[in-house]
Amino acid sequence: MSTTYRQGTVAAVALPDVLPPLVRRGRTRTFLRRHPTIAAGGALIALMLAIAVFAPWLGTVDPTAIDPIHRLADPSARHWFGTDMLGRDVWSRTLYGARISLLVGFSVAFCAGAAGTLVGVAAGFIRVLDGVLMRIMDGLMSIPPILLAIALMALTRASVQNVIFAISVSEFPRVSRLVRGIVLSLREQPFVEAAVAAGTRLPRIILRHILPNTVAALLVQATYTCASAMITEAILSFIGAGTPPIIPSWGNIMAEGRALWEIKPYIVFFPAFFLSVTVLAVNLLGDGLRDALDPRLAKRL
Amino acid sequence: MIPLLEVTDLKKHFPIRGGVLGRVTNHVYAVDGVSFDIARGETLSLVGESGCGKSTVGRAVLRLIAPTAGEVRLDGERIDNLPAAQLRRLRQRVQVVFQDPFSSLSPRQKVREIIAEPIVNFGLARGAALESRIAGLLEKVRLPRDAMDRYPHEFSGGQRQRICIARALAPDPDLIVCDEAVSALDVSVKAQIVNLLAELQDALGLALLFISHDLAIVEHLTHRVAVMYLGKIVEVADRRTLFSRAHHPYTRALLSAVPVPDPAAKRQRMILTGDVPSPIHPPSGCRFHTRCPFAFDRCRTEEPVLRRVAEGQVSACHLDVPDAPAAA
Ligand SMILES: Nc1ncnc2c1ncn2[C@@H]1O[C@H](COP(=O)(O)OP(=O)(O)OP(=O)(O)O)[C@@H](O)[C@H]1O
Ligand code: SF4
Ligand SMILES: [Mg+2]
Repeated sequence: MSTTYRQGTVAAVALPDVLPPLVRRGRTRTFLRRHPTIAAGGALIALMLAIAVFAPWLGTVDPTAIDPIHRLADPSARHWFGTDMLGRDVWSRTLYGARISLLVGFSVAFCAGAAGTLVGVAAGFIRVLDGVLMRIMDGLMSIPPILLAIALMALTRASVQNVIFAISVSEFPRVSRLVRGIVLSLREQPFVEAAVAAGTRLPRIILRHILPNTVAALLVQATYTCASAMITEAILSFIGAGTPPIIPSWGNIMAEGRALWEIKPYIVFFPAFFLSVTVLAVNLLGDGLRDALDPRLAKRL
Repeated sequence: MIPLLEVTDLKKHFPIRGGVLGRVTNHVYAVDGVSFDIARGETLSLVGESGCGKSTVGRAVLRLIAPTAGEVRLDGERIDNLPAAQLRRLRQRVQVVFQDPFSSLSPRQKVREIIAEPIVNFGLARGAALESRIAGLLEKVRLPRDAMDRYPHEFSGGQRQRICIARALAPDPDLIVCDEAVSALDVSVKAQIVNLLAELQDALGLALLFISHDLAIVEHLTHRVAVMYLGKIVEVADRRTLFSRAHHPYTRALLSAVPVPDPAAKRQRMILTGDVPSPIHPPSGCRFHTRCPFAFDRCRTEEPVLRRVAEGQVSACHLDVPDAPAAA
């Protein structure tokens, strides 16, 4: 033998190398500088959130107030974005519309994320359920999400809750697939097996070892779900199968402006622009998070 | 005396599913009748080429997988068929250190939480006692106390492996399964960890099941060696006997692949040719006959059983003196 492990020269160092000092200062700032897409996306979303929350104080009037005398007014100092065919202020309607889009986007991201996680973890851990659950998910996923949402809306009354429910149902199978895949690969990881050997019970394994290592992927997936939900909501409203027409949502404003598209294009343009910016912001955030949180995720999503 | 761990005729066959219906079309005979025992405070090394089933034996002993057949006894008590609730109690006594120090530690837990996990699970300490126990374990594996509040990614491979060892020591086990515990480390770090394991074993009276594909490492800390080939143990001997007078041709082939310090000391080299046969269709008779330079007719039809060839040495080969092929 060339190396004598017990007494030999190579084994001289018993103490491990010196640990680097603990530094946890200014991490947020460095993080944002290193990931400009997160900063940009985050800032835009923050702006949209601020608009939604502070809409009443941003030079708006009641977005549902009808004023037939001033209908179809061009943008002016009084009506920044002009008025629609009933004389409602498009600026006010667009700003209040942010509330609906963000509410639907975030709620769907949360509901689909929660339901998808539940189903994914169940399928990943309970063998007998796996086949059944995944075939159901395959079935749901084979229907285009927009058609599934339209079908579900046809069964229920038009309301924001029902829109959220319908879109969540069409989005969560994707999340469940993702979570199941991650759970299956995490289960095989030595740190999970070591936890089993260390006597950790299953619920705790899921809570302490599986879920924390799924969060990154879930967060990224949630941004995509959010963006796609906002678009689906607009489409549903546009074709009259979504948010009730009295509530100003971007889809509704666009639907109402559609007939006048050729003479008053700005009625469609303003909500469409806001929708695009918001979706872009959410996607920027998602892409940034994906790259920042875990480079290995890039392959999965 | 009852051995600490006794494994009898252990088998693990993994089903292979094929076709649209996912029917079982075949089996991987990963472990196919393995028996050995480990006394308190003893190190048994399990060596063999990649894929011969070493890890599967370790995982069956740890009950991370359920064996297909056979018995695993801990202090005479069968653990291979225990229901989950009773098994959990016994897990305290058998711990594990895996090969890859990076995937063995959850990236989202601090070292403190990692080491505390088994202690808390088995209700061994809490509060201040838990704290000092963790500090004591870190000291045992020679890590500074402030390692506690760090995440695994802040450590090097060797340091991480120390954390894994601390976690394995945490519930005061009787046996630690080290599955290639040093194989992924640099040479010098390897030596440190081997030394640490040897010291800890001396100090704590631990028994080790040391799984490795590398005979050179094993020589420095083992008491006995079991050599595995394609799901079977082909030779068991104490260290001295195995390294000086190995009986089984496969063991001798493994030994001749180990580098020697003095190139002038010529010795008979035995180079293995050909691939390891698939464990799905293991060869008939002696499983080694497709690669054994001494194979003769009987080897292809009759399976050799482990028999005593010297004091403290058993081997599964038809030859009496494996240097000279038997006159068939
Ligand atoms: N879960 C499984 N399903 C199917 N086959 C498996 C499974 N686990 C292991 N095997 C097969 O069983 C055989 C033995 O595997 P095992 O991991 O025990 O080998 P090993 O001796 O530890 O090898 P290595 O040195 O590469 O770690 C291999 O052929 C492997 O492909
Ligand atoms: S039994 Fe035959 S084939 Fe097997 S190791 Fe001995 S000599 Fe070789
Ligand atoms: Mg292995």
